[in-house]
Amino acid sequence: MYQKRDYSVLGPENQAAVSRGLANAKWYRFPIPRQQMKELMQRRDGPPARDMLLWLVLFLGFAYGGYYFWGTVWCVPFFLCYGVLYGSSTDSRWHECGHGTAFKSQWLNNLVYQIACFMIMREPEIWRWSHTRHHTDTIIVGRDPEIVAMRPPAIFKILLYFFGYPTAFLALKKAAIHATGRLLPDEQTYVPESEWPKVYRTARIWLVIHVLTVATALYLHSWLPLMYVGVLPLMYGTWLSVYFGLTQHVGLAEDVLDHRLCSRTVTMNPVFRFVYWNMNYHVEHHMFPMVPYHALPRLHEIMKNDTPVPCASTIEAYVREIIPALLKQQRDPAFTIRRPLPSGATPYGDIPADGVAVPAE
Amino acid sequence: MAEKWVDACAADAVEEEDVIQFNHGGNAYAIYRSPEDQYYATDGLCTHEQVELADGLVMGDIIECPMHNGRFNYKTGEAKGAPVCVNLKTYPVKVEGGRVLIRLD
Repeated sequence: MYQKRDYSVLGPENQAAVSRGLANAKWYRFPIPRQQMKELMQRRDGPPARDMLLWLVLFLGFAYGGYYFWGTVWCVPFFLCYGVLYGSSTDSRWHECGHGTAFKSQWLNNLVYQIACFMIMREPEIWRWSHTRHHTDTIIVGRDPEIVAMRPPAIFKILLYFFGYPTAFLALKKAAIHATGRLLPDEQTYVPESEWPKVYRTARIWLVIHVLTVATALYLHSWLPLMYVGVLPLMYGTWLSVYFGLTQHVGLAEDVLDHRLCSRTVTMNPVFRFVYWNMNYHVEHHMFPMVPYHALPRLHEIMKNDTPVPCASTIEAYVREIIPALLKQQRDPAFTIRRPLPSGATPYGDIPADGVAVPAE
Repeated sequence: MAEKWVDACAADAVEEEDVIQFNHGGNAYAIYRSPEDQYYATDGLCTHEQVELADGLVMGDIIECPMHNGRFNYKTGEAKGAPVCVNLKTYPVKVEGGRVLIRLD
C-alpha cells in the first residue's frame, strides 16, 4: 500500500531524508580527468552574447509586429512568438545566469538573471536559493522545493501550468508578502537571513513595475501594455518552458543519489535548443552544474556511454515515458521509470571510487 | 606558540591558475597557484555546503565551487556573494626546495 508522501520541505519527510543520508549527500559522478573538466568549465562571453543579441533582435521584432498589427488577426502570430520569448526562453536564461555559467562576465550573468527573473516571475533571491537546494538534493522528497509532479500526480494542475496558472498569481501574491517584509516559513529554511532584505527590496521594485504597467494600460485605455509586460505575456507564453521542463525529471526516481536515475536527457532540434539553452542535456547538467550551456553537447559526447540513451525527441519523451508514467502513477504512485544503461556503463547501485549510487527500488 | 609548517605538495603538482586538494589531520585544504605563479592555501571545503573546492574552477583570484557557483577570493578568503555568505579560512604558504608548505597553527 503506497503511503502518500508529504513533499513539503517543512514536513516529516525532511528529517526522514536527513536520517536516511539523502540530504546533502555524495552523488554518483562520471569520472572525467581534471584537465578535461577544466576545459569544459571554461567561461566565454562570445556564445551567450551572440545568443542574447539574436534573442533581442527577435524579441523587439516580434514586439513591433504585435504593435504594428494590433487590432487585426495578424498580431496573433507575433504575440505568440513574443510570448514564447518572454515567458519560455527566459526560463533557461534565468537558469543559466543563476548558475553563473552563461557568461564569463559576472555582471552580464547578474543583469540577464534579474531581467529574466522579472519576466518569468521568479523572485531572484528566493529562486537562487531554491534552485541551490534543488541541485544539492535533486528530487529528494522533503528536501527539494522544485519537484513539479508530486505523486500521485495532479494532472489537471500540471495542465494549468502550461497557461501560467496559478504560477503567475502565486508569484504576485508572494511578491506582495515579501514587499511587506516577510518570508514564508518554507522559504526561511533555504534562504539565509542575510539575504532577506534583498528579497524585500526586489519584491517592492517588481510591484511598482506591475502597478505602473496597469496604470499605463488604464491611462491609454488599451490592453497593449499588458500584452508586453507582467502577468499576461507569461500566461500566454510560458507553455513551451513547461513543455520542456516536464522532460527534466517527471516519471523518474525519487530519493536516489544518481542523476542518471532521476534526470532525463532529451535530443532537441536547434530552435528548441536556442530557446532552452541546451538544458535538454539534463543528466549532464545535474552531474556537472558548473559546465556552461554551450559546453553541454561536448560533455554529453564524453559521458554518453555511461548514461541512458537520450529520448530521440520531446515527442518521444512524452509518448513513451512522461504521459504513460503520469497515468500509471495515478493508480500506482510508486511507479518509476528506470532507463536502461548502455553496456559498459557503471551500473546503477554500484559504488565507484568517487561516488555513491543507490538503486531506484 | 611554535609555527607549524606542513609539507603539502610539490610546487609543480599544481598547474598555473589551478587548485589541488591536500588532506592533513582529518581536514581538507586547497592549495592554489595563481596566474602570477604565487601559491595560496585555504580550507578545502566550501563554506556553503562542504563541497570540495579542488574540483572547482580557478579564474584569476577566484575559486568557484563546482556545485553551486559559490565564489571566493582565494587570496583573502572573501566570499563574493550568494550562495556563499561565510568567508573561507586562509593559511600562510611558502615554497622551499620545490615544495609547498602551509602553516597550520
